[in-house]
Amino acid sequence: MSEKYTKMWEALGLDISAHDGLLKVLGQFYGDIYLSQDKRLKGMEYMDFVLSEVHGLRIQELQEAKAAGRKIVGTFCVFVPEELVWAANGICVGLCAGAEIGKESAEKILPRNTCALIKSFVGFKLSKLCPYIESCDLVVGETTCDGKKKAYEIFEEYVPLHVMELPQMKRDVDRDLFKGEVLRFKGKIEEITGQEITASRLKEAIRLINNRRRVLQRLNKLRAASPSPISGRDALLINQISFYDDPPRFTKNIEALCDELEKRVAAGEGIVQKGVPRLMMSGCPMAVPNWKLPFVVESSGAVIVGEESCIGTRNTRDLVDEGGQSVDEMIDAIVDRYMRIDCACFTPNPERLDHIVDMAKELKADGVIHYALQFCHPYTVEAYKVEKALEKANIPLLKIETDYSMEDVEQLKTRVEAFVEQVKQ
Amino acid sequence: MRFAGIDIGSRTIELVVLNDGELIEAKKTDTGFDPMAQAKALIAGTQYDRVMATGYGRHLFELSYDAPTVTEIKAYAVGAHALFPGVRTVLDIGGQDSKAIAVGKEGKVIKFEMNDRCAAGTGKFLEIMAKTLGYSLDEFGPKALEGHKDIQISNMCTVFAESEVTSLLAKGEDRQDIALGLHRSVVRRAAGMLKRISGEEPIVFAGGVAKNVCMRRLLEETLGRIITVPEDPQMVGAFGAALLAQKGGS
Repeated sequence: MSEKYTKMWEALGLDISAHDGLLKVLGQFYGDIYLSQDKRLKGMEYMDFVLSEVHGLRIQELQEAKAAGRKIVGTFCVFVPEELVWAANGICVGLCAGAEIGKESAEKILPRNTCALIKSFVGFKLSKLCPYIESCDLVVGETTCDGKKKAYEIFEEYVPLHVMELPQMKRDVDRDLFKGEVLRFKGKIEEITGQEITASRLKEAIRLINNRRRVLQRLNKLRAASPSPISGRDALLINQISFYDDPPRFTKNIEALCDELEKRVAAGEGIVQKGVPRLMMSGCPMAVPNWKLPFVVESSGAVIVGEESCIGTRNTRDLVDEGGQSVDEMIDAIVDRYMRIDCACFTPNPERLDHIVDMAKELKADGVIHYALQFCHPYTVEAYKVEKALEKANIPLLKIETDYSMEDVEQLKTRVEAFVEQVKQ
Repeated sequence: MRFAGIDIGSRTIELVVLNDGELIEAKKTDTGFDPMAQAKALIAGTQYDRVMATGYGRHLFELSYDAPTVTEIKAYAVGAHALFPGVRTVLDIGGQDSKAIAVGKEGKVIKFEMNDRCAAGTGKFLEIMAKTLGYSLDEFGPKALEGHKDIQISNMCTVFAESEVTSLLAKGEDRQDIALGLHRSVVRRAAGMLKRISGEEPIVFAGGVAKNVCMRRLLEETLGRIITVPEDPQMVGAFGAALLAQKGGS
């Protein structure tokens, strides 16, 4: 896609030669991990196209929207109520942070033992390699963990930033705090867009985002079929792309893909043979292009049937109630929906344990792989409780702690292969 | 029918051949810098109907010999179970990995723990520490048993531990005492892994490090449990792979 977009990238201030290198590596990586798969779905052609244009066509669309007066809001967390952005005629994009990019520059301002995701978003910005960040009129941070919270204080020097405070517990007083933050965010969005968020616009935005969640719910349900009709890698990619693609277009294309999957399931066909071990991933989000562990798992004779993660069911499980008529009612519905998110940043967080066990049963998973980024305390610590809950349910678990680098791939392979042997016997 | 198992580890390669279930050949060599050349030399001239590969080099071997593979975790569980039916726990400390495996009936893997990416607490760690103290690998364990003072070695990182040892020597500490302290630190780590998988008896200790008498003694003391070591602890993985080749699949 390079030359066609070079002018646009220059205008955004990207480091063109480093960016060319990034796209080249990404292309090779995608070819090895995605395009090499057998029995690929027709519906995945759309994903291949979207990914091949990840820094091209979609960025161009954003520039055109900006020229027409729309504002771009970038987020890092599923706690940011994007309905408010769309209701103000803005465009919300999830910023990815899934590659080891600009690590050296990031480590100049962050401690080395900071999680890979934080280093990545700082690194992308400092090395001028992400056209999404560069297109943003506002970047939204949130106080999920200490690492992010403190990193945003520094990040503020580089981007226009709004930080939302998230509660850490789920009592009434915490809901009040969160509601206050949602209202403050609404005010901020109205301020930068110059658009009032009216009841009719908000209603429409709630439906827009719910529809995207519904189609992803439909996709996840289809994966309960045995054999699974789609690879875990493809399903992860779909979830990843849902964060930055145009919502109506995305929903329409995934509906078509689900129709194809339904036919596959009805015919008893799958991406793998029946009897291939079915594993579920649980834990930290895997942002684009972090496909390392899914690729290791699916190259070790298993298929991934679910992602209990922010880039997975944590983002799609709950819908906003569509019954609200006034803005106030709808804000309450939004607050209720987002307060149900079972992120490990909450204490205590028993809902997540129940969700993991229920999901593993529904998807007929033979085992669960708990994936945590190194130095991510919420998830690495909570892994203990996950282990106990799964033990009680008699579901095998493998705990993995890793980052975005490739140096531990061989060790990961040994562990994952041994786990596959274990659940197979 | 003859079935072979080859365990291509980071430090050594072992080959075991079974003929109608009976062990007829067991040999080993160093891995060196070219594992495939060493593996080829080791297996050259050996007659077998089927071979299964395990260890770090298993996928390399799979490419050249079109052989099925199994992880060393399963191979050690199967091998240890065949040698000691009823075994519940296997501890395997090799050249660059350590693993604690909970074993169920028929040698099935129930659960396992494996060390992280670095060589902390493995054979390679002991090897480098022995060298720093001027011991051969064979005398390292027996000499450590002659130590009596309790010296705490806090660094598990090979690089940091080496400088810690150097500074202890500079302080005038006896090298047997330092050797004992080093063994204790490796044992603490192994015991921690065993506890995480519950580490029930009977416990079999295998892999190259099981040849070290001090490691065995300290493990028994620390755990308060009896540890069984196979006659040739390095052969357990290759033996398990040969048994799996005989069973016909992984």
